[in-house]
Amino acid sequence: MTNIYLESFKTFFKIGIFTLGGGYAMIPLIEAEVVDKHKWISKEEFLDLIAIAQSCPGVFAINISIFIGYKLRKERGALATAIGTALPSFLIILAIAMFFHQFQDNPVVASIFRGIRPAVVALIAVPTFNLAKSAHISWANCWIPIGGALLIWLLGVSPIYIILIAGVCGWVYGKYIKPTI
Amino acid sequence: MIYLYLFLTFFEIGLFGFGGGYGMLSLIQGEVVHHWGWMTTSQFTDIVAISQMTPGPIGINSATYCGYTACQNAGYGVGMSMLGSAVATFALVLPSFILMILISKMFMKYMKTNSVQSIFTGLRPAVVGLLAAATLLLCTKENFSSPDEDMWQFSISVLLFAATFIGTKFFKVNPIKMIVMSGFAGLLLLY
Repeated sequence: MTNIYLESFKTFFKIGIFTLGGGYAMIPLIEAEVVDKHKWISKEEFLDLIAIAQSCPGVFAINISIFIGYKLRKERGALATAIGTALPSFLIILAIAMFFHQFQDNPVVASIFRGIRPAVVALIAVPTFNLAKSAHISWANCWIPIGGALLIWLLGVSPIYIILIAGVCGWVYGKYIKPTI
Repeated sequence: MIYLYLFLTFFEIGLFGFGGGYGMLSLIQGEVVHHWGWMTTSQFTDIVAISQMTPGPIGINSATYCGYTACQNAGYGVGMSMLGSAVATFALVLPSFILMILISKMFMKYMKTNSVQSIFTGLRPAVVGLLAAATLLLCTKENFSSPDEDMWQFSISVLLFAATFIGTKFFKVNPIKMIVMSGFAGLLLLY
């Protein structure tokens, strides 16, 4: 008899290790593990779960792992899967952080990072455009992201306020404005 | 005291971090660089680079790393810095934990109601703005140098930015490959 806590911990530990470059690339691997292999949830539940995990705040892979862990064994199951997902990252980054500190002033490492930094900025710029496409940004609503970005960038407004205002405005719009049109 | 601030900060980031790891980056940056001054923009950019190259979700990687760096910059030793990364990571996951369990327990049926959907209609375009802001905030002198400071480094930086943008967006080059190649270019041209 296998222990479900250990089994789910191991599965999400594996998912945590193989997440490279962000959560969304992971969907096929998570699906193969939890739907096809272990049959913890059905395909339909999994699709609903993706929609919920994407719309909720927080780390996507962590949200999914907590949801599945909770479904299996309530809070303790969720704890096992959440730790499983976060632990590989935590250990790997700790090792690098301790190691990198000694080398960051080394001229070779410094020159490598001078090349990497602009590339990283570009790698954050790309998902901006991809997300704009999937969020259906058009001429009618492009003022929302542009205005939000300028408020944060030029006036130093906290992104948290932008999130809060956008959520409230969306709710007000849906409740009072849209139905009357 | 830094642990308490780390906890509160990363809890807040976990709670308002919509739009996945990249959406979270602008929040993390706003807090750890601009609000608290725990690290410089370049240090933050390096953390993002390493978080992207190493396995694991970017949000978890950068929280762990930021917790460590914040303590280290405050003059703490290795053990105390490890505690800082544990606090930051735990605090980042905690809101997800509470929220996802609440949703599984009772709010599953509310997720598809019109009110919740309207909130997301407002949030989605705003998250795009957050990502754009994260990009703009990283376009600094520390990351790109500047024409008066070092014309050569500035030109190479702009070139590497353009190459990475075009490569990943239009030619679907693997981002990790782009980081490795840019690092190599940095070693050759900016040493």
